[in-house]
Amino acid sequence: MNLDVILFALFAIGAVASAVFTITRRNPVAAAMSLIGHFFMLAGLYLTLHAQFVAVVQVLVYAGAIMVLVVFVIMLLNLGNEQQLTERISMRTTIGTLVAALFAMQVVTGLLARPTGVNTQHADAAMIGATAGIGNALFTTYIFPFEAVSILLLAALIGAVILAKRHLHEGI
Amino acid sequence: MLQSIPLDWYLILSAVLFVIGVIGVITRRNAIIIFMSLELMLNAVNLTMVAFSAFLGDVAGQIFVFFVMAVAAAEAAVGLAIVLALFRKKQTVYVDEVNLMKW
Repeated sequence: MNLDVILFALFAIGAVASAVFTITRRNPVAAAMSLIGHFFMLAGLYLTLHAQFVAVVQVLVYAGAIMVLVVFVIMLLNLGNEQQLTERISMRTTIGTLVAALFAMQVVTGLLARPTGVNTQHADAAMIGATAGIGNALFTTYIFPFEAVSILLLAALIGAVILAKRHLHEGI
Repeated sequence: MLQSIPLDWYLILSAVLFVIGVIGVITRRNAIIIFMSLELMLNAVNLTMVAFSAFLGDVAGQIFVFFVMAVAAAEAAVGLAIVLALFRKKQTVYVDEVNLMKW
């Protein structure tokens, strides 16, 4: 067993387990905590792919900013446990879950039957995953999307303030 | 060097994580947990893009992950504001108790 196989297995099993934990907990805080664990596992997987920048941003943005927001809202709303996970096992939910599981099986069996044949990482993987490589591409080729994203974030900021404001025409 | 894991393993893992997210969205009632399942799905796609980026030697995949994270942050802010507004109006975050737009 190589070190990389052990690391991949550790992070992959951790990621799947924490994802399942997230969607099965009744308590929203427990779900949020396991989702934070999931983000850390994904950061580890990004490191095995030589994507250092993405791994660090994953922890900063997802595990830091977004999950703080989620936990803050859970606290603000004072949510308890869900009485039941689902109101009742409805036909629609069952069929939807089955279709989703079928999709997963199809993808997995398809990939196992006909592998992509790409078995080793590119020689430049470590170089492009570093901050220098990302920054060079981001501020030259992708400068317009970068600026567009900043406008999107501004719009989201204003939208969030407007939506969460207390009295908006006494309506919604 | 960590180079002996084939690309397919990452793709399979990503598909499994995506479907876990889909199942969460379909089966849960709590809007905040549905929201967290959406984040699971976004992250599964991010993993695919980073894997392709590293295996094919193209930086575009990781740039896209950066943009997906920015969009996810925007979505988090607006989505949670909607949940707050919903809670003020209906005193609930369970999506099956909200039928304002149901005919």
